[in-house]
Amino acid sequence: MLETINLRFEFRDEDLETGEILTDEILHGIDLKIEKGSFVTVLGHNGSGKSTLAKHFNAILTPSSGNVLVGGLNTRDTKNVFDIRKRCGMVFQNPDNQIVAAIVEDEVAFAPENLGIDPKIIRERVDASLKAVEMYDYMHSQTSKLSGGQKQRVAIAGVLAMEPECIVLDEPTAMLDPRGRREVISTIKRLNKTKNMTVVLITHYMDEAVQSDRTVVIDDGKVVLDGTPKEVFSHIETLDKIGLDIPQVTRLMYKLRQDGFDVPECITVDEAKQAILNILGKRK
Amino acid sequence: MFKDIIIGQYINADSVLHRLDPKIKIILTVLYVVVLFIIRGSVSYVLFALMTLCLVLMSNIKPKVFIKGLKPLVFIIIFTAVMNLLLTPGTVMVRFWIFKITYEGIRSAVIMFTRLVLLVTGTSLLTLTTSPLKLTDAIETLLSPLSHIKVPAHEIAMMMSIAIRFIPTLADETDKIQKAQTSRGADFQSGNIITRARAMIPLLVPLFISAFRRADELATAMDSRCYNATIKRTKLNTSRIGKADISYALVFICTNIIIIMFGYII
Ligand SMILES: Nc1ncnc2c1ncn2[C@@H]1O[C@H](COP(=O)(O)OP(=O)(O)OP(=O)(O)O)[C@@H](O)[C@H]1O
Ligand SMILES: [Mg+2]
Repeated sequence: MLETINLRFEFRDEDLETGEILTDEILHGIDLKIEKGSFVTVLGHNGSGKSTLAKHFNAILTPSSGNVLVGGLNTRDTKNVFDIRKRCGMVFQNPDNQIVAAIVEDEVAFAPENLGIDPKIIRERVDASLKAVEMYDYMHSQTSKLSGGQKQRVAIAGVLAMEPECIVLDEPTAMLDPRGRREVISTIKRLNKTKNMTVVLITHYMDEAVQSDRTVVIDDGKVVLDGTPKEVFSHIETLDKIGLDIPQVTRLMYKLRQDGFDVPECITVDEAKQAILNILGKRK
Repeated sequence: MFKDIIIGQYINADSVLHRLDPKIKIILTVLYVVVLFIIRGSVSYVLFALMTLCLVLMSNIKPKVFIKGLKPLVFIIIFTAVMNLLLTPGTVMVRFWIFKITYEGIRSAVIMFTRLVLLVTGTSLLTLTTSPLKLTDAIETLLSPLSHIKVPAHEIAMMMSIAIRFIPTLADETDKIQKAQTSRGADFQSGNIITRARAMIPLLVPLFISAFRRADELATAMDSRCYNATIKRTKLNTSRIGKADISYALVFICTNIIIIMFGYII
């Protein structure tokens, strides 16, 4: 569904005094292949290039060298741009800075209106999208009156109204309280499960990564780890070196293993509980 | 601090006025303002005020909301009225210190007061009963004949709707910045006008910077949702002018003509 081939990207800046062109390479050759229907999380600390990568999936940025393919379409080709944006929608971090309309239904209708779709079909899509994010009852509410979590769900609905195959979310929960985060994450998971939507979730919350099928860790514009969350979190030293958090239970199990206990890798509390109970049971 | 201004703050309710076509509503509001400034004579004013009261009642919006909307403008309204009261020449009725109050002064103060209150109430009726986006859609439609002479009707409407959408966001932000600066010792309350204006700088600079950042992010978000994909944008809710709209407009126009006539007959 999404593919990057040796993707490199540099920001160009002109020095105002000398007129010299300054370049700053942010992404140093990224190769990724994301299958249709998968739920991938991307981790990395501030400034590692996550947002820059995400913007390539939406043709907002195009590679300086290498290629990005979205559903087989190359983002370099300008006539593909709108097809790509329709196929792969994007949700941003700050709910307040991506909502265009003052009323929920108009917000959701924004993208299909841009695409020149028949109003009757727009109506159907708006209804379906709002139902999918459980915001149908707020159809006529003002967007400014919603909570952060609700705003993000409306933003997701706004993308769903394009009927995309894939949705890229750039730290959608970073500005939300725990309840808002739960709402958004469960919405994303539901879309992935029931609609087979390809989801790329950029986050720095480990507990969100744990819930995905695959986790990609980016550091300084390069992919350093890539695999199931369990595999990725087993590289505790690498993650520590990059300065990323590790789920508490994973670290606990790691410490226990260092102390000579026979416990497996765990990423969820339930797994850890089971593992510890097993050891305690053996001792008795 | 900006939150009390109701212009641009739509209230969702169901009423004849809410259902009325926004394009007609805009035209009728313009008419309302014009009529307000051409009527003469107290009978006309009383009738006009009564008509406004009827409209307020018809709107299904609590009169309290309208009164709240007048509050931020109380100063301007009273100031204008007092100026008229004190500075109109004519037959002197009361004289104290350097002021003299004339019969004409009282008259024009009352008229000015009534006009301003009715003006704000009447225009608020439009913005309270029409969702901001419907309003801008209507403006877009009303302006669209001008797009032949290169007037960017859609862009104007889009800018307006985004401005309206960001009013609450920026009002919140102003509030936050003000608190943050106050906690660092900034003083927005005391001093004369110039000191106070200067005290606004630490408020406005961060506000502008953040507004530009927001604009940048919003532009990206709009792009990512295919803004400008086609020249022919469609609309979720396209309003058609129906029979009810036309009959309402006719009733409104007739009422106004009668009110204007009263000024000349009596
Ligand atoms: N417009 C720009 N011009 C020049 N450099 C930029 C620009 N935008 C971002 N950068 C730089 O690119 C690098 C990667 O930025 P990016 O926003 O992709 O990071 P990120 O991983 O999303 O970080 P965060 O977790 O803070 O969102 C940063 O070092 C940043 O300073
Ligand atoms: Mg980022």
